[in-house]
Amino acid sequence: MAKALNASYRRYHPKWHRERVPIFWWVRSASYIKFMCRELTSLFVAYAAGLLLVQVWALGQGAAAHARLLNWLSHPAVVTGHVVLLATLLFHTVTWLNLTPQALVLRLGRWRVPKAVVWVGHYAVWLVLSLVIVWLFVGVA
Amino acid sequence: MARRSREPVLWAMFSGGGMIAALLLPATVTVLWIAVPLGWVEAPSYEGLRSLFLHPIGRLTLFAVATLSFFHWAHRFRYTMYDGLQLYHLSQLIAILTYSIAIALTVVAGFVLVTTG
Repeated sequence: MAKALNASYRRYHPKWHRERVPIFWWVRSASYIKFMCRELTSLFVAYAAGLLLVQVWALGQGAAAHARLLNWLSHPAVVTGHVVLLATLLFHTVTWLNLTPQALVLRLGRWRVPKAVVWVGHYAVWLVLSLVIVWLFVGVA
Repeated sequence: MARRSREPVLWAMFSGGGMIAALLLPATVTVLWIAVPLGWVEAPSYEGLRSLFLHPIGRLTLFAVATLSFFHWAHRFRYTMYDGLQLYHLSQLIAILTYSIAIALTVVAGFVLVTTG
């Protein structure tokens, strides 16, 4: 009985229907745009880390080299760029810290630390560390 | 036995970088590259900034910030390229490219922070 009765018979094999997604699919909705902006903050994070290394390098090259860097840093266009940089970094910080209650489940014994406490705790750490950084930099004036 | 995936390590570095950048970078950028150039606060002296950055703890902190930030970028940017630009067919190439850049930048960070005296 295994023999096919009709030699031209082929098993029905559907192709999955896949709609082509345009490259700019994410501009359609505000939440997708927000998602994309959040992902692209990583570029600015890397830039800030790189510029910190440049500053260390300039400090190592001597006072004159560091003064040249400070001169570049105070160019209006550069300051404007760094204000944009700060805005993206703040967006990164806020979106990142707002996800901590989902990402981090803290337990003390059998008690689960409430999400609100995890959230507030992270913002408190951010505040304290920011104050320490300001104090360190202003303190070495 | 299944080969152990590198994904958890990469994710941990992404996550660590996201956290350290979130907590430390906004204040650093505000003071060093906005408030000081605009004269809102007194500029740190060359010697003061030097001793702060080149103190062993300063170097270690800077190395952690730099390396984790670069891997944070690599991981996040890799997935942005996949999902955002629909480049699934280039997934391997993108992963090699982004992590290679992160590794190269980490080497540069190590070099700068070790050799700057």
